[in-house]
Amino acid sequence: MRPALAPVAVLVLLAAAPFVLPGYHATNLARIMVLATFAMGYNIAFGVTGLLSLGHALFFAAGLYATGLLVAQAGIPATLALPAGIAAGAALAALVGLLALRTTGTAFMIVTLMFAQAGYLAILYFGEWTRGDEGFTLPRAARTLGPLDLSLDGPRYAVAFVLFAAGLLASLALLRSPAGRVLVAVRENAERTRMLGYDPFRYRLLALTLSGLYAGAAGGAYAILFGYAGATFASVQYSILPLLWVLLGGAGTVLGPLLGTALMFYLLDLAARVTDATLLVVGASLILLVLFAPRGLLGAFAGRFRSP
Amino acid sequence: MVRNHLLVALPSLNAPPNHRPRLTVDFGPYLLLATLEGLVMAAVLALTAVGLSLVFGVMRVVNVAHGEFFMLGAVLAWAVAHTLASPALGFLAALLVAPLVAALVAIALDRLVLRRLDYEPEAVIVATIGFGYILQQGALSLYGPDARAVAPPFDLRLQLPWFGYSGYKLAVIAAACLILAGVWLLLTRSRIGLLMRATQWDRETATAFGIDTDRVYAVVFGLGAALAAVAAVLIVPIQQAHYLMGGDPLLLSFITVIIGGLGSLRGTVLAALFIGLSDGIISVFFSPTLAKILATLLVALVLVFRPQGLFGRRPA
Repeated sequence: MRPALAPVAVLVLLAAAPFVLPGYHATNLARIMVLATFAMGYNIAFGVTGLLSLGHALFFAAGLYATGLLVAQAGIPATLALPAGIAAGAALAALVGLLALRTTGTAFMIVTLMFAQAGYLAILYFGEWTRGDEGFTLPRAARTLGPLDLSLDGPRYAVAFVLFAAGLLASLALLRSPAGRVLVAVRENAERTRMLGYDPFRYRLLALTLSGLYAGAAGGAYAILFGYAGATFASVQYSILPLLWVLLGGAGTVLGPLLGTALMFYLLDLAARVTDATLLVVGASLILLVLFAPRGLLGAFAGRFRSP
Repeated sequence: MVRNHLLVALPSLNAPPNHRPRLTVDFGPYLLLATLEGLVMAAVLALTAVGLSLVFGVMRVVNVAHGEFFMLGAVLAWAVAHTLASPALGFLAALLVAPLVAALVAIALDRLVLRRLDYEPEAVIVATIGFGYILQQGALSLYGPDARAVAPPFDLRLQLPWFGYSGYKLAVIAAACLILAGVWLLLTRSRIGLLMRATQWDRETATAFGIDTDRVYAVVFGLGAALAAVAAVLIVPIQQAHYLMGGDPLLLSFITVIIGGLGSLRGTVLAALFIGLSDGIISVFFSPTLAKILATLLVALVLVFRPQGLFGRRPA
């Protein structure tokens, strides 16, 4: 088996980064690692298994709100609320998957989009607790994991790093496991996989549930690390962004999600200094990517844009 | 889409439940008003959704930027009406200019992007999402973040025994019916309609018979965007133009097209009536957000369990 040199090197660099980089970039990097975890989850569904979902904001928001509401409204410690957020993301993904995976292709995209939209509207509907668009902040005193005060830069970076590293190593292990190879086979040719004796539905459900688990973990971590939950995170935009990140970095690759998230983050950051037209940057990158680099920047190694 | 205005017309019904007037006394007039509002919504929705349905039917692609073409139509209507002094003249000019410009923009998108993607369905969705963002940014940069109203072409109020009703809204219903009839004639009685149906039936055979299917695709995509734009021009005197207004029409058109059966025009119009009326009534007596939640869940379940749509016959 090929040694995982590149992912390990990236993890070493990320571990060293806060000691070298100025504080501004360290905070950015913490945010990028959390969002890249979301993107890695999206990659398991889209890049590896070929499930183009337009509803992953639902799973991110499930983690964000489960953790956020438990901490802010019920006063439950973050140490318990974070696993609840992870479970919420995975459970909701499994539930959506049981229904949505009866469809494929365009219908699957629309069904996931509709479920996510219903989730977004539900957050607005229960505004009494969620405070709708305005959102709510988590009290600073509650944002602790054991002895770590997550409102401080150091512990925040450390937790984001551990989350990202765990996600990266797990997705590496998944890709190299027999189950991971079946997922790729389902993407490449579902019918042939079925004839080989694997049930594509069960493997797709597995992929979507794992994907939701990542998204829920990223959402829950986002709530306690950055102390805010708002309905924007459940909107269509947050379903499109992971797609954009994964497309940019390279669908189906291990490091593509991180690369895409980081590049897009800094592209928008740079663009914001020159112009207010950030939507233009997102829109133009989507079109250019799909026209000229449908396999993304790392896509030469693995993954195809066109699912079978 | 017309819901905002409805809230103004009936403030008492949107008060918290315990402040609601007793509905037993004046239930009839409320139901009539809700039905009228629902019909206006159904009219605009039918136009928008038929555009989306036509593109899906012939080209087998989903145009996610459809809502942004609606927004483009509304913003253009404001721009045109703003430059001309007379409201009636400005509105009529907008009714011609907005769909034309939207169609040209759509045709450019088809030529420059969609054709190069070979109309691969998933790639088209990603590309049209991207183009939607570009249109939004264009409107934000050139038109600004404010919501702006367009004066109705005429000011007529019909006095019913229980309440006054805007004559313009009734004109919207009539105009939508006329345009839909025009689209139906175009599809069933004209040469271009014949070419469209041939291309929809079997693109390769149509090409073999010498039909320029590339051009048919461009016309269909342009026509779809023009229908969204014309619906928006009709609605701006009722609802203001805003650069983020495209989300609702897109979502509702999706819902309509799916419930009506993907690609079936008759189903789309029936579904628009069904959704417009039920949405109007649910929104008046319950909460608009609840109405939307129920509608989106209904769509998801229809797609899962009855992909040919509630009104569709053959599988899509």
